[in-house]
Amino acid sequence: MAFLDRTARGLLMGELLSGMALTFGYIFRRKVTINYPYEKGPLSPRFKGEHALRRYPNGEERCIACKLCEAVCPAQAITIEAEPREDGSRRTTRYDIDMTKCIYCGLCEEACPVDAIVEGPNFEFATETREELLYNKDKLLANGDRWEPEIARRLELDAPYR
Amino acid sequence: MTDTEAAATREVEFDGHKLNFGPQHPSAHGVLRLILQLDGEVVERADPHIGLLHRGTEKLIEYKSYIQATPYFDRLDYTSPMSQEHAFALAVEKLLGIEAPERAKWIRTLFSEITRVLNHLLNVTTYALDVGAITPALWGFEEREKLMEFYEAASGARFHANYFRPGGVAKDLPAGLEARIAEWAETFPQFIDDLEQLLTENRIWKQRTVDIGVIDAETALAWGFSGPPLRASGVPWDLRRAQPYEMYERLDFKVPVGRNGDSYDRYLVRVWEIRESVNIIRQCLAQMKPGPVKVQDRKFTPPPRAEMKQSMEALIHHFKLYTEGFHVPAGATYTVVETPKGEFGVYLVADGSNRPYRCKIRATGFAHLQALNLLTKRHMLADCCAIIGSLDVVFGEIDR
Repeated sequence: MAFLDRTARGLLMGELLSGMALTFGYIFRRKVTINYPYEKGPLSPRFKGEHALRRYPNGEERCIACKLCEAVCPAQAITIEAEPREDGSRRTTRYDIDMTKCIYCGLCEEACPVDAIVEGPNFEFATETREELLYNKDKLLANGDRWEPEIARRLELDAPYR
Repeated sequence: MTDTEAAATREVEFDGHKLNFGPQHPSAHGVLRLILQLDGEVVERADPHIGLLHRGTEKLIEYKSYIQATPYFDRLDYTSPMSQEHAFALAVEKLLGIEAPERAKWIRTLFSEITRVLNHLLNVTTYALDVGAITPALWGFEEREKLMEFYEAASGARFHANYFRPGGVAKDLPAGLEARIAEWAETFPQFIDDLEQLLTENRIWKQRTVDIGVIDAETALAWGFSGPPLRASGVPWDLRRAQPYEMYERLDFKVPVGRNGDSYDRYLVRVWEIRESVNIIRQCLAQMKPGPVKVQDRKFTPPPRAEMKQSMEALIHHFKLYTEGFHVPAGATYTVVETPKGEFGVYLVADGSNRPYRCKIRATGFAHLQALNLLTKRHMLADCCAIIGSLDVVFGEIDR
């Protein structure tokens, strides 16, 4: 009986046909692919993307050059130089992030006591040359200005957990 | 003897030839360079060359504070990141003599199991891809995408999470995530059934994997196997059961064990582990309660931001932690966890400073890879792909 059973199964190719039927059935299911540049996958408020330096609502930059981010960065991607400004406040004169070194661990954002350096929602910052990924302070502040509404919303959503 | 007779009876010696398999071979799973000594199409000797992805992680960690070292563990076996952070976090906690709060333990257990599903889904489907079945990989990646969304919602990164920290986890799970995971755990078993319908009984799949790369229990133990390859050989050894850590002793799960120790059994063990993981995920979600997610000792974990902005003491702790980090009392520990691939261990030596004196990483795949010569002996060249796929080697961890 077992012999007949095995032979019948072998000849009828049941398992192959049921597999094919299953894949055929999948044709009629809802598509799971998305039309990427026009549609994007969901991102949570915690997403660790491209860096940005933020400003206060009055336009003053937040970073006070405490260098915590520089100290905690495991990849040593951040370089900061600072000196007092004319009005006596302590600000950075140089704030560079080497995006080719950065490992996107998010420790700089966690360490920043004034929410100045953040990892924003942007992940589409591929460039044609390596040099363009060596971000300086102007680039980071420009990122902050560009993404501020989104960044502020994300920080607000994530505030209870931080 | 005539010339024609001489030509007919002449003995011709064929030189065996060597084949360079990889490092860019699509089924080499990363940067495996394999020198195959062939006799026709039969493998006489397989010589894996490693080191193409060596980044000096162990040495790097000696120059990083304990907080900074955590993200490096994600990058070892990049298909199961959180499990490896787990080993490091547990090792540091052991040396510090602290214990994560209950909710943190539940979250870690939950995400360890999500990681297991994530890893096995990649392995089983790409393993099928290596032996010629494309559909499972296409379907499996959709399910992986859902899991990576959970990763991203919890940690902010789809792979390199940096989420498990010594003393707990980085942040609590966002509201609603538990419900989403529970919903996924309801629908996911249907997918495993579909996957099994395509592969388990399929004759092509069985012809390519049954009795390929057989290793018996004794040899597997002698070669230092662990995880699914060891269990497929019939040894019921699972660290979650043998020496329970975190919440595993309070969970009800089975340890799937194979019988033949061939590639097919390794596949079956992984599929059953996925089912068990989904079961564990459900139990974790049912038993989780709100509470703190990190040790409430500010010497080890940073204070909440609101407190840091108000209290001078909290601010000092914050600055100390993110610059100097915490000091770990002198001592050594070998801490293991059952990662999806098997026993992953961290041998951590602390000298009382804020940086590890030595951090030896016991890579799971290394032990499996070194048995490759034994497993592929007298198999066909094409079976090499099936064997490598069934061993689940990832070079981030083997080369370190």
